[in-house]
Amino acid sequence: MFEYSRMFLLSLLLGFTVRAFMLKIDYRQFPSYPHSYAIHLTLGAIAAALGALVIPVLLEKEFIAVTFITIAAQQFRDIRSMERESLARVEKTELIPRGEAYIEGIAKLFEARNYLALISSFAASLFYYYFNWLASIIGGSIVAYILHWFMKGPTVGDIAEVQIVDIAFKGKSIGIDEVIMMNIGEEEALETWNKEGVGLKIIPKDENARATLANLGQRQAILHDLAILMGIKLDQGLQHFSPLARLNIDNGTLNIIFIPQEPDEIFIKKAVERIPVLESSQRKPLKDKIGRKAAD
Amino acid sequence: MGESNILAIITTKNMRDKVGGGIPIFYADTQEEMEEISSLLARITLAMVHDLENGIKIIVRH
Repeated sequence: MFEYSRMFLLSLLLGFTVRAFMLKIDYRQFPSYPHSYAIHLTLGAIAAALGALVIPVLLEKEFIAVTFITIAAQQFRDIRSMERESLARVEKTELIPRGEAYIEGIAKLFEARNYLALISSFAASLFYYYFNWLASIIGGSIVAYILHWFMKGPTVGDIAEVQIVDIAFKGKSIGIDEVIMMNIGEEEALETWNKEGVGLKIIPKDENARATLANLGQRQAILHDLAILMGIKLDQGLQHFSPLARLNIDNGTLNIIFIPQEPDEIFIKKAVERIPVLESSQRKPLKDKIGRKAAD
Repeated sequence: MGESNILAIITTKNMRDKVGGGIPIFYADTQEEMEEISSLLARITLAMVHDLENGIKIIVRH
């Protein structure tokens, strides 16, 4: 075994474990087939190995090895495009598409998680160098936990209040309150909506949330996740059962109508509250002076 | 958010002068027939029926 083998192996293992752990907790965003796990675990191991190599390389004064890191960064950027491409390809086969914004978010997340694995294993090797193996494991895990905690974005429940409401029927049109969302020409379909349809109101808590919820990508993500979590009665050729998300432009409330397979109101509410707010759809007008003043 | 196209119009015979244009128009004798034709057409074309609430139904693909 070479001189730094213990330090290297320990950090590598820690970084790899971090990556594996993060794969496990994002079950909702992951199309869970074993092959994807294999791809991401392997790439995670490579990332961890790179992170673990930094300290030994510096100790040996092999500064030229830093160029490897740049190659690695390139490699991880490929992960983003790989995820984006494969998700965009299967998009056509989804009854409720994820939407481009959601795909972009997932792709970015997968890239970032490799960097997290890299940083964790680097931290672990640093702790190993200055202290001992125990400190390395504990320190590395703490760093990984902190990083992961920082990466957690808000959920819909954080920025808005979710209410279950009845669908309003006006002639052949349906909607929520005074917002007309869909015109349905078939009596049968109207009856189904009347019997099984569920209406949702997502009321933004402030101006930031209002701007975020208005984003089309965010709405699509909510519909996609809702359909996956609660099940949806929909098929090709049954367009009149498509779930819809429309804005009440007077107060910024996002109205959603859909026909769930599991009409369990408490869980529908919980499901919506847990849907992540997409990074790319987050708007913060209140962070700016003008936005703040305009909101008064 | 693709574009939406009107694929067909379904109405009754007495509405003849209210419809026209370059799309297929189906005339039904009764309300029941209209309902029947429209839902069949929607299934066949993988599109959706909308009701203009004046006795005219249209098939739209969204």
